[in-house]
Amino acid sequence: MMSTVWTHLMKDLRIEWRSKEAINSMLFFALLVVVLFSLAFDPRGSFAREIAGGVLSVATLFASASALNQAWAREIRHQVLDAQRMAPASGAALFLAKALANFLFVEIVQLLLAPVFLVMYNLRIEGDAWKLLLVLPLGTWALVANGTFFAALSIRSRNREMLLPLILFPIFIPALLAMVLSITAILTGESDPGLWIKLLFGYDVIFTTVCLLLFDVVLHAE
Amino acid sequence: MKKIAIGGYAVAVIALMIWGFYQAIYVAPDDAMQGVIFRIIYYHVPSFSAAFTFFAVSFLGSIGFLSFRRSHPEWAQMADAWAVAGAEVGVVFCTVGLVTGPIWARRAWGIWWTWDARLTTTLVLWLIYVSYLLLRRFAAGPQVQTLAAVLGIFGALDTPIVYMSNRWWRTQHPAPVFGGADGSGMDKSMIGPFLWNMLAWFAWGVLILALRYVVERRRQKNAEYEAIDALEGNA
Repeated sequence: MMSTVWTHLMKDLRIEWRSKEAINSMLFFALLVVVLFSLAFDPRGSFAREIAGGVLSVATLFASASALNQAWAREIRHQVLDAQRMAPASGAALFLAKALANFLFVEIVQLLLAPVFLVMYNLRIEGDAWKLLLVLPLGTWALVANGTFFAALSIRSRNREMLLPLILFPIFIPALLAMVLSITAILTGESDPGLWIKLLFGYDVIFTTVCLLLFDVVLHAE
Repeated sequence: MKKIAIGGYAVAVIALMIWGFYQAIYVAPDDAMQGVIFRIIYYHVPSFSAAFTFFAVSFLGSIGFLSFRRSHPEWAQMADAWAVAGAEVGVVFCTVGLVTGPIWARRAWGIWWTWDARLTTTLVLWLIYVSYLLLRRFAAGPQVQTLAAVLGIFGALDTPIVYMSNRWWRTQHPAPVFGGADGSGMDKSMIGPFLWNMLAWFAWGVLILALRYVVERRRQKNAEYEAIDALEGNA
């Protein structure tokens, strides 16, 4: 199982390294969302700190939704996905590798975006900054694991690009709430984000398990 | 015989609903604190109870479909029909609850809507099941049942998490009227009308649910005949 995951992961990373399609488009998209929100809400002073968590999370959400569709669309060309369905490898390994690759892409985007974001919103982190290193990966994993799963699901429908956000966003709402509230708690330093980090962790564990268990069903649905 | 039974049940349901309406509007007294607007509870609570029950039916149908789809295809089809029927009728009842809630809130709280735990949870649940129905509409071919069943399970798993997260976030909805702390519960004169309405709305919901189930079964059979026709070249 692990070697299959590794093979898939390396393949996806190599494709991305050569084209840099996903990262570039996500980065620019997320930047646009941040700029649009800044223009729409005019964040200054303490107000900027209050909405920053929400803006960062929603920017990540929109950007990755646009890229996740592409992740599987690539496999549809030349019937690669059909070949993978016939391969004796488990679908869970394929899913895990795909989710890990997407996770890395989104994390890179977040790391590049974060300094820009801090500058544009004039943020000073009042709480424990290191907790952001916990919250952002946990929230991103919640998004990417579900997103990869639902992208594989919606790729089987007629209007693929439309369907993914429609089914991903409602399911993602509790994780988004936990992510936004914990980032806000860290930025303002007014409350303890511990509870929300635990919720994010629980969400990740539950949905990663379900995704791994049910991925074969989606892959072989006919 | 079957038609007579269904017709008889439908007549009984309509009679029950008229009786429930009479009880709610004419028999039950005004609430001591809220006055006449509280009567909306006779519609609001039964709608949501029915909606949640039907969502549970949909969840069980989804699980049933996934577990039987290889071993007992016929059972799987029945389970899938329950899953569709539960989700559709559940969304309708949930919509009724979501509409009656703000009408009451405008009088009682002075605002139409608030992002409170139960309101948000219900809204998210409604969104999840609407997305479920959209998936059923958008995805084509026989795989739609499998994909929908998977989404149905995700949605049901999400509900408790949504509820917990929102409860930690904030709560404004009135504490449970039944089985709550001291001071909860209804006056005896209101319990009768409440139970009648509960029964009437549930009976009505079950009727719609059963009809929707039958329609879905017929659609499945038609699709099956069409597929056989196409295979035999008669089409």
